[in-house]
Amino acid sequence: MKKLNIILSGIVKNNPTFVLLLGMCPTLGTTTSALNGAGMGAATMAVLVLSNVVISMVKNLIPSKVRIPAYIVIIAAFVTIVELCMRAYLPDLYKTLGVFIPLIVVNCIILGRAEGFAAKNGVVDSALDGVGIGLGFTLSLTVVGAVREILGSGAIFGHKFITGDGMLIFVLAPGAFLVLGYLMVLFNKLTSK
Amino acid sequence: MKNTLLNMVLVLGAITLLASAGVGYVYKVTEEPIKLASQAAVMAALAEVLPPFDSTSVSEIAVDDIPVVVNTATQDGEVVGYAVETATKNGFSGEIRLMVGFDAQLRVVGVKVLQHAETPGLGDKMTEEGNPLFASVRDKNLGEMNLSVAKDGGDVDALTAATITSRAWVDAVGRAFRALGGSVDGSTGATSNVKSTEL
Repeated sequence: MKKLNIILSGIVKNNPTFVLLLGMCPTLGTTTSALNGAGMGAATMAVLVLSNVVISMVKNLIPSKVRIPAYIVIIAAFVTIVELCMRAYLPDLYKTLGVFIPLIVVNCIILGRAEGFAAKNGVVDSALDGVGIGLGFTLSLTVVGAVREILGSGAIFGHKFITGDGMLIFVLAPGAFLVLGYLMVLFNKLTSK
Repeated sequence: MKNTLLNMVLVLGAITLLASAGVGYVYKVTEEPIKLASQAAVMAALAEVLPPFDSTSVSEIAVDDIPVVVNTATQDGEVVGYAVETATKNGFSGEIRLMVGFDAQLRVVGVKVLQHAETPGLGDKMTEEGNPLFASVRDKNLGEMNLSVAKDGGDVDALTAATITSRAWVDAVGRAFRALGGSVDGSTGATSNVKSTEL
């Protein structure tokens, strides 16, 4: 039951996008459609789980003064590995997300979870935390992307249901802020009880 | 572990070594699939913009300092068309790379966008099927028309609210045509002195 709570807390109580407000750059940048958001979320989750596991395994071996550079090296290695695998096996997704993948390195969710959770907890719990936070990030990005896609292009997951154009502003940068802001209000209203 | 200099150097060194070994290994494993994937993408683009063909030969030239790749497609030894990988630096954001297919009479058969970073919802409409840009040049010999957007007095219908992208697209297509030895009428208008924004 405790294990399940770790995952659930990543999705609701510690939702990285709507509650912790971490990783705003990829959130605003990649959510032009639901599929892009989901892809970015999945890539981040893969890195998050891998880096959480490794960091929780080696945490006692790392002198505290050099822990941040050590974490960054581990995270960067996993990001590069995910990027290479994506280019090899999912070239279409890579084409859409290409520029944002290397930026996962500096996504503060990952370093934040490494420092805040994996460095203090065991391997299994850290892996579950990575899954939970990763799922929370993926779901939020998919929802933000879906809302922007519906309003902006009149489509959902690439299937167009209106003819003509949607409200373009929601596909452009200002729409990202508007949608994120309103969804944040809604999320916190629903979870505040 | 204690914060002694030796410890720190050893640990960081070991982590860096292991990380680079891991990345190197994955690089080796994925090298072949990545090459295959990018070849498959080029082949798919070729098939999309060309009439049926059975083999191609490649030559690289530079037009206005921008490298252009000409794929000459042949069927039973006869030239059936050309697919030209062309590019422009005049896009609204970043380089635009196109694959333009011509038949043996240098009429435009197909245009495929290989890479771009134009505004979603505006400039990226050039990737959609049946967009006005492609409709304007389809089955035409570019030497026999005024290849510039209607706003600049030409024969190409621009994308709504994406004139800069349209001009850049025209510039790239014109470059593809020039790479095959054709000459194009009409200025593309896609110069850096255009300072209005895309909206």
